[in-house]
Amino acid sequence: MRHVNKPAITDIDLKNYQSEAGPHEYVNDLSKIESSDSNQWLNVGVDIAELDRAGTFIQKDCSVIHSKTMAEGVEVMGISDALKKHEWLPDYLWKYISPQKDQFTELAKQKPHEGYFIRSLPGVKVKHPVQSCLYIAKEGFSQNVHNVVIAEKNSEMNIITGCSTSPHLVSGLHVGVSEIYVKKGATLNFTMIHDWGKSINVRPRTAVHVEEGGVFVSNYISLRAVGSLQMNPTTYLDGKDAVAHFNSILVAPKGCHLDVGSRVFLNKPGTRAEIISRAITVGGTIIARGEMIGKVAGCKGHLECKGLILNDGIMHAIPELQGHAPGVEMSHEAAVGKIDQREIEYLMARGLDEDEAVSTIVRGFLNVDIQGLPPGLASEIDKAVTETQKDMM
Amino acid sequence: MLNIEELSVEVGGKPILTQINMEIPEGETHILFGPNGSGKTSLMMSIAGFSGYTVTHGKITFKGEDITHMPIHERARLGVGVSFQRPPTINGLKTRDLVALCGRDRNVEVDKLAKLLNFENFLERDVNRNFSGGEIKRSEMLQLMAQNPDLVLLDEPESGVDLENIVLLGDVVNTLLERGVKHPRSMVKEHAHLKTRSKSALVITHTGHILDYITADKGQVLYNGHLCCLRNAREILKWIREYGYEECVRCAM
Repeated sequence: MRHVNKPAITDIDLKNYQSEAGPHEYVNDLSKIESSDSNQWLNVGVDIAELDRAGTFIQKDCSVIHSKTMAEGVEVMGISDALKKHEWLPDYLWKYISPQKDQFTELAKQKPHEGYFIRSLPGVKVKHPVQSCLYIAKEGFSQNVHNVVIAEKNSEMNIITGCSTSPHLVSGLHVGVSEIYVKKGATLNFTMIHDWGKSINVRPRTAVHVEEGGVFVSNYISLRAVGSLQMNPTTYLDGKDAVAHFNSILVAPKGCHLDVGSRVFLNKPGTRAEIISRAITVGGTIIARGEMIGKVAGCKGHLECKGLILNDGIMHAIPELQGHAPGVEMSHEAAVGKIDQREIEYLMARGLDEDEAVSTIVRGFLNVDIQGLPPGLASEIDKAVTETQKDMM
Repeated sequence: MLNIEELSVEVGGKPILTQINMEIPEGETHILFGPNGSGKTSLMMSIAGFSGYTVTHGKITFKGEDITHMPIHERARLGVGVSFQRPPTINGLKTRDLVALCGRDRNVEVDKLAKLLNFENFLERDVNRNFSGGEIKRSEMLQLMAQNPDLVLLDEPESGVDLENIVLLGDVVNTLLERGVKHPRSMVKEHAHLKTRSKSALVITHTGHILDYITADKGQVLYNGHLCCLRNAREILKWIREYGYEECVRCAM
């Protein structure tokens, strides 16, 4: 049981990382970026051509190297610029996450390195997505960012945010505190794609607050190796009819430890939540959590955790439901297993060989209908699945 | 086309088929009758090569090749096509995509084929997910049309299908098998077509209703894992309806 001997993932010694990194120059023209960097960004959905984008934010180590808005009614900038611009912004910091939560939030409080501020103004429907990339290039660096996203009243916005490292990075830590606000009647689609290195440790700490009639959709995708990742964003549905959807697609290659969950408080009547996770382990460990806390009558939630163990590894699904009042309606569905031989043979009877059959089934398994996913990403998912299969054989 | 010699098959250590001999020549459609549990589906699954059906004796030859131990997909590529009774659901795989995959290198006109089967509204749905019995049949036929096999194995194609769709299904089976007269005005062409018919089929039924919609060359009866009686399909059906399966078997002994 070698997995058991692996140190618990909270056991990260912050002394192994430095919080100082030399500054990187601001880049006006993204086409001047070295392709070794920009290719990494493309893998996580960030397009330097900036076609069909409402704004771009790129941070390398501790420096904001690019930040701009290309659409009316959207603000995209580093958090320190935003604090200069908006005197009310401190009210949004550390509101639903305490700096004392754990050593990582403390680190982000004490040694912050920027982070993004993205805001859609009241009533604005932003057509194209805003893209952001948080990138680590320095060996042994601990990147501690604080992000704030605000979708103001009745606005609509899509955000694609990618996280990545330079290809040769061996050791690194990413701490990301994110506070997301969806105001009354607003809709926010938030797609996060992670492509960290094999031994990078990642600790996002996220809180989401949704007001009356607001909709928050989160898509989280991690298909490639990462050292360890632990996150469990908490969402508060604090207004009548507020809605939250969480989709996660996780693949854990050998040596990879993913502990990924979503926690949703349904605090008002008519609130709805859905947590869907599809996880595949190919030798790694996945803990897929989902937790719903129904506080009042008339709230509704569904949780779905499905996991496949393709050849080795551990898949641990932890769905939790808490009802605090009569009239809450919550359900869950969890399944862990391997691919059904009958499905493989059914496809083989149509002429697919065994490998083709397995990859077709795996692709289907991961094919959660994701809202607001950029088209290039679908082929990216396909590519990752194919690579995963090579590992399996 | 298909030649089965002295085939014995076990499932989970239990003999299911004993000493089966069967020949389906090129261009012929054979009907396989038999009560529930007689081994009809097991025979079909053995021909297709599914795991769990262990051949303990005998040989299956298809187009002159010994396929007794050939992997499922190689048999499929050689031209064996199966319509299943209870196929599994494949989550996240759209029916449209599977139909296209069935065509392999050929470019399949999925929409056009689906129209023939009145199945356009199901193309975006996951394969077999919450399909009714009749919908499964149409989905299976759609996949077979794309696959275009030379030997078609149909497992109870009429079960669970409503009256309107059974006519449609019969038409499609006839198209697939290059049978029937669908375009009377081009008779000459049809006749020429009939001569070159090369598709064969084995159709499993226990009610025989499908015979009202498709034409068959011969019928056979499978009873308790033994194959008995080879003659005109309608004649057999008449016997079974009149005297039951047991009598039909006794006659053959």
